[in-house]
Amino acid sequence: MNATNHTVVVTGIGATTPLGGDSASTWEGLLAGRSGVGHLTEDWAAQLPVRIAARVAVEPEEVIPRPRARKMDRSAQFALIAALEAWADAGFTGKAGEEGSVAPERLGTVVASGIGGVTTLLGQYDVLRDQGVRKVSPHTVPMLMPNSPSANVGIEFNARAGVHTPVSACASGNEAIGYAVEMIRTGRADVVVAGGTEAAIHPLPIAAFANMMAMSKNNDDPQGASRPFDVDRNGFVLGEGAGIVVLESAEHAAARGARVYCEAVGQGLSADAHHIVQPEPTGRGISAALTNLLALTDLKPAEVVHVNAHATSTPQGDVAEVKALRGVFGDDVDHMAISATKSMTGHLLGGAGGIETVASVLALYHRVAPPTINVDNLDPAIDADVVLDKPRELPAGPIAALNNSFGFGGHNVVLAFRTI
Amino acid sequence: MAANTKEEILTGLAEIVNEIAGIPTEDVELDKSFTDDLDVDSLSMVEVVVAAEERFSVKIPDDDVKNLKTVGDAVSYILEHQED
Repeated sequence: MNATNHTVVVTGIGATTPLGGDSASTWEGLLAGRSGVGHLTEDWAAQLPVRIAARVAVEPEEVIPRPRARKMDRSAQFALIAALEAWADAGFTGKAGEEGSVAPERLGTVVASGIGGVTTLLGQYDVLRDQGVRKVSPHTVPMLMPNSPSANVGIEFNARAGVHTPVSACASGNEAIGYAVEMIRTGRADVVVAGGTEAAIHPLPIAAFANMMAMSKNNDDPQGASRPFDVDRNGFVLGEGAGIVVLESAEHAAARGARVYCEAVGQGLSADAHHIVQPEPTGRGISAALTNLLALTDLKPAEVVHVNAHATSTPQGDVAEVKALRGVFGDDVDHMAISATKSMTGHLLGGAGGIETVASVLALYHRVAPPTINVDNLDPAIDADVVLDKPRELPAGPIAALNNSFGFGGHNVVLAFRTI
Repeated sequence: MAANTKEEILTGLAEIVNEIAGIPTEDVELDKSFTDDLDVDSLSMVEVVVAAEERFSVKIPDDDVKNLKTVGDAVSYILEHQED
């Protein structure tokens, strides 16, 4: 190992999701096969073709004091809650620069969102229209900007190595974590707080996604609506929340005696260059990301025993993903336990990579793959071993997991994690 | 509407600062600095001003806001400029 090729490990995790207000309750919900999807009961939902979503289990104002919360978009509130959990979980007691912590110049944050502060933007437009210019909040811009969650988390922990926000729709969370791994690997930082967040449950995004025919309209059966890999899947269910990890150089973690969950091996990236929203049907772009992952890291296909699939429950996307896995890994796919946790959490867009990284890390740490629910009839086009209904134990010895995320625009980001 | 007394203005400002910055109303005293003592940054100060304008029937132009460093500055300004 040289100065520009540090091993990166995961030392902290945090989440606030439709299944729970922290990573432990989220994990418990995943293993129990619980759905976080419910009816939207707001008045505005009545007019929409889609009236279901996966709201967070714990409202952020129950956690963040109101004077602080009112200056943050809901997406930043989620990110802060998950980041505070991850930071404490990593064993840090104070901000960077304080006793027992990391140097501020060696701490970064990379927190992404697919859409940013959309409810702030639309809410303040309502204020402008109904109450006039003077009543528009002076906090509007710092709340709606997509880098706001990352900046708020960076200020919270005194991170000065760099605060970044890659934006790639539903791949944003994974891209953030991949970027953070590179910051540490190349020596820019010793510790990076990274992940994804999203808070887009509002009539406008729902109307827009619904008009694209991207969302499930199973309004009569919210808990059965998100059904990745099932023959009757008919679109994604919108979720909200955040998942955050603390990434750290192996040396830094060892020096402070930190508990290590697993290694963050690296990332594989590619772009489809096909259509602005439709997945490339053969999985060509996803295959390229997987191939790049194998070429640029020391990951071996034989080690990979678990995949947290992107699998949003759309007819085309789920098939293209499995085709790509089969195309690149061949028979090695047979020993991979494939889980689609969006069947339980819904699709958190830019937050998906965050909470699914938390799930992948915990799957390796506890050696158990969470189930995929709602697969009554596995699509015969899904040529892979999907973990159905109940969690499945993962083998002993050195094992690795992949977390896939793909985004509108044709962004493909695959992350790999491995037991230590 | 009758003009507010100095005490009424202080009480009203304390409620506004409590709502915006979460500071207990009894801590909002005449000699306190908005920025240094009451956690009201320049953005939140705009919110305080807009709320005060509405509550006390007063116009506080942007150019005058920068002179309102303490709660006492704001109370005096409002006392002087309120419409009755």
